[in-house]
Amino acid sequence: MHIPDNFLSTPVWAAFDAISVPAVAMLARRASRDLDESRVPLLGVMGAFVFAAQMINFPVGIGTSGHLVGGALLACTLGPAPAALVMTAIIATQAFVFQDGGVLALGANVFNMAIAGVLAGYLPIQLWGRGDRRKLAVFAGAFLSVMVSATLALSELLISGIAMPRPVIWMSFALFAVSALIEGAITVAVLAAIARLNPSFVRKPGSSSGRALAALGSAALVLGVAGFMIASTAPDGIERLGAQLGLTSKTHFHAPLADYTVGFLESSWMRRATAGLAGLLLIYGVCLVAGRWIGRQRSA
Amino acid sequence: MTPLIEVRDLHFHYEDGTHALEGVNFVLNAGETVALFGANGSGKTTFVLHLNGVLHGEGSIRICGIPLSKETLPAIRAKIGLVFQDSDEQLFMPTVIEDVSFGPLNLGLSAEEAMAQAKAALEQVGLDHALNKAPYHLSAGEKKRAALAGVLAMNPEILLLDEPNTFLDPPGTNNLIQLLKSLPQAKLIITHDAYFAAAVANRAVFFEKGKLVAEGTVREIVERFDWNYPDFAADLRYSAQRRF
Amino acid sequence: MHHVHVDAWSRGASVLHRRDPRAKIVALIVFLVVLATTPPNAYVTLGIDAALLIAGILIAGLPLASLLARAMIVLPFSLTFGIISWLAGDRWRAIGLIEKSYLSTAAVLLVIGTTSLAVLINGMERLGAPRMLALVTQFLYRYLFVISEQAQHMRLAAQSRQGDPRVHRQGRFRAAAGALSILFARSYHRAEGIHRAMLARGFKRQFPLLHTLHFRSSDAIFACLTAAFLILVRIQ
Repeated sequence: MHIPDNFLSTPVWAAFDAISVPAVAMLARRASRDLDESRVPLLGVMGAFVFAAQMINFPVGIGTSGHLVGGALLACTLGPAPAALVMTAIIATQAFVFQDGGVLALGANVFNMAIAGVLAGYLPIQLWGRGDRRKLAVFAGAFLSVMVSATLALSELLISGIAMPRPVIWMSFALFAVSALIEGAITVAVLAAIARLNPSFVRKPGSSSGRALAALGSAALVLGVAGFMIASTAPDGIERLGAQLGLTSKTHFHAPLADYTVGFLESSWMRRATAGLAGLLLIYGVCLVAGRWIGRQRSA
Repeated sequence: MTPLIEVRDLHFHYEDGTHALEGVNFVLNAGETVALFGANGSGKTTFVLHLNGVLHGEGSIRICGIPLSKETLPAIRAKIGLVFQDSDEQLFMPTVIEDVSFGPLNLGLSAEEAMAQAKAALEQVGLDHALNKAPYHLSAGEKKRAALAGVLAMNPEILLLDEPNTFLDPPGTNNLIQLLKSLPQAKLIITHDAYFAAAVANRAVFFEKGKLVAEGTVREIVERFDWNYPDFAADLRYSAQRRF
Repeated sequence: MHHVHVDAWSRGASVLHRRDPRAKIVALIVFLVVLATTPPNAYVTLGIDAALLIAGILIAGLPLASLLARAMIVLPFSLTFGIISWLAGDRWRAIGLIEKSYLSTAAVLLVIGTTSLAVLINGMERLGAPRMLALVTQFLYRYLFVISEQAQHMRLAAQSRQGDPRVHRQGRFRAAAGALSILFARSYHRAEGIHRAMLARGFKRQFPLLHTLHFRSSDAIFACLTAAFLILVRIQ
């Protein structure tokens, strides 16, 4: 589910970078309410825990095993906003340290998994996490967190013009659904075990701040569903949508290659502007070198 | 001379009601090194966590004559330094120099002053070559020394050490003993190790179920409470004789 | 763990290692953006980009073969989509996907191989990343291997007591959940211990700043010249 670089078209990855930057800034501000950084060790260590937890095998079938992704588990123990921040840290670490996911694509990956995934996953828990249907709520939340992230990722790839024949799309959905079910089962089991060790480890959902986040969670869910519907009409629907919005990085599905364009960088004013920028950087760099050399001559 | 630590009638119980400390009285004077013995769960670490205000019980605590309260915490934490049992909990910054500078920076020193004090402390413990290393790459002995440096960099008057030679091999323990003996601060050391205590401490106290029940020299306490391993060498000789 | 090697790479002392992380981040971003906007059939541009990477790897003294091999980690993903694209008739996209995603991964490896993560995070923070996020990531990385090792030990202990793996699947599922809950509790207590250690050394509410990064003119020169070179090569 981690999208590497050069899969998404430029408008798509750039747009998600632009969305994620203020979103993460907001999450960071929330987590350090009143500029109090004392929760940093807990959040960091929990992030390390999720990483380590992904190593533990949960046998689910003939010879297969599943692993925890962790978004819903974090939301149930830390709260949705801190959970989203921790997931962001995890995704960034995965991109740089393990080359799992791209750098320019960080905005998209963070949006899919840390923001939309966590918030959509928290929605059922916020609504039904208190009563008798607690376990079902957690299962649904974990399921949604994986399903929404995966659907968004798939939609982003399709809108970018990545070719995906229908059977491939449906197979991907099936795989996502299976991972989502596994995540549900693992999250319920682990959360129950954690609560047995110490009930106070699990947060009581339904706090006041929850409503705004639940609204965001609903939005994420809607996006996820929309992504599903779009993808299910793919590839034709996606192609048309992408082409209409100018998001796709090619002109036609079966286009001849002579006219291969890459979007806005080819427009003339953009070209001139970048040439100008490059020239300025070059001049600045040369001046710095010259200035340093002159300075060294003087002090010699 | 004012005692460096003066504890009177300290009581503490956890949220679930278990009594951790019941009426503890304790005094530490300048120049002393006191060993703190006791079974696991007898309240040793809980007691020590009261001395720098991490835990708050009932009773009176004075550090260097200053009564411990919320307002005096910053001043007290500058005077009393605690080396935790788990060095990984103590060395939480990405590099050694950043970690050792943490304390001085919190005391309000500038970045340059803090760095200078940190470097001096690292030299004192023999780790001046490891400034930019990540704590993960240090051995157990080096981690313990780095943790100690982080505390020494704050120039405290009192050192508290919680089972410092856990995870150390014999050479590591010997190094630690030499290092501790070279430090002028008064020390309170929680330990299970009678030999270690005998090497560094000139007094010992014994904790039992949250109460400080005895005081004396290390030898007195160890003998009175049988706080040592049986003489294995003698046992082996005896059983060898029996077989033949 | 492979990362032990990359971690060791980042402790070198080459010209690239000594550059301020901010300069390297800027150069990386420019490289990635230029690469992303390069058509897959622009072989000259791509060739020069690849040559620049190789030059960087050699100057940094990093093991070329190991790094290029490590960059192949992206290939399963890109080959899969590449083959699908190829079969769907979009050949240039397939080629572009494979060659460009490989080059991007190698570029990230070059940066992470010449900059320890802690320093990289510092650099990002100075470039504007939220402080809370930077701190959490630092702590995450600091305890990543400590806690992973604990998880490894638990796995080994469980494996040592395992009989026939075909039986008791449900039991093993529950055992894994139990193991994770214990790992969770230990991590939580570790976090409490860290907090106490912070308080003991005078922590009030915010982490103090130790200014260890110094942006020098050599860093500016490196960033400007690299960026200019990349952009000029791109728009030829």
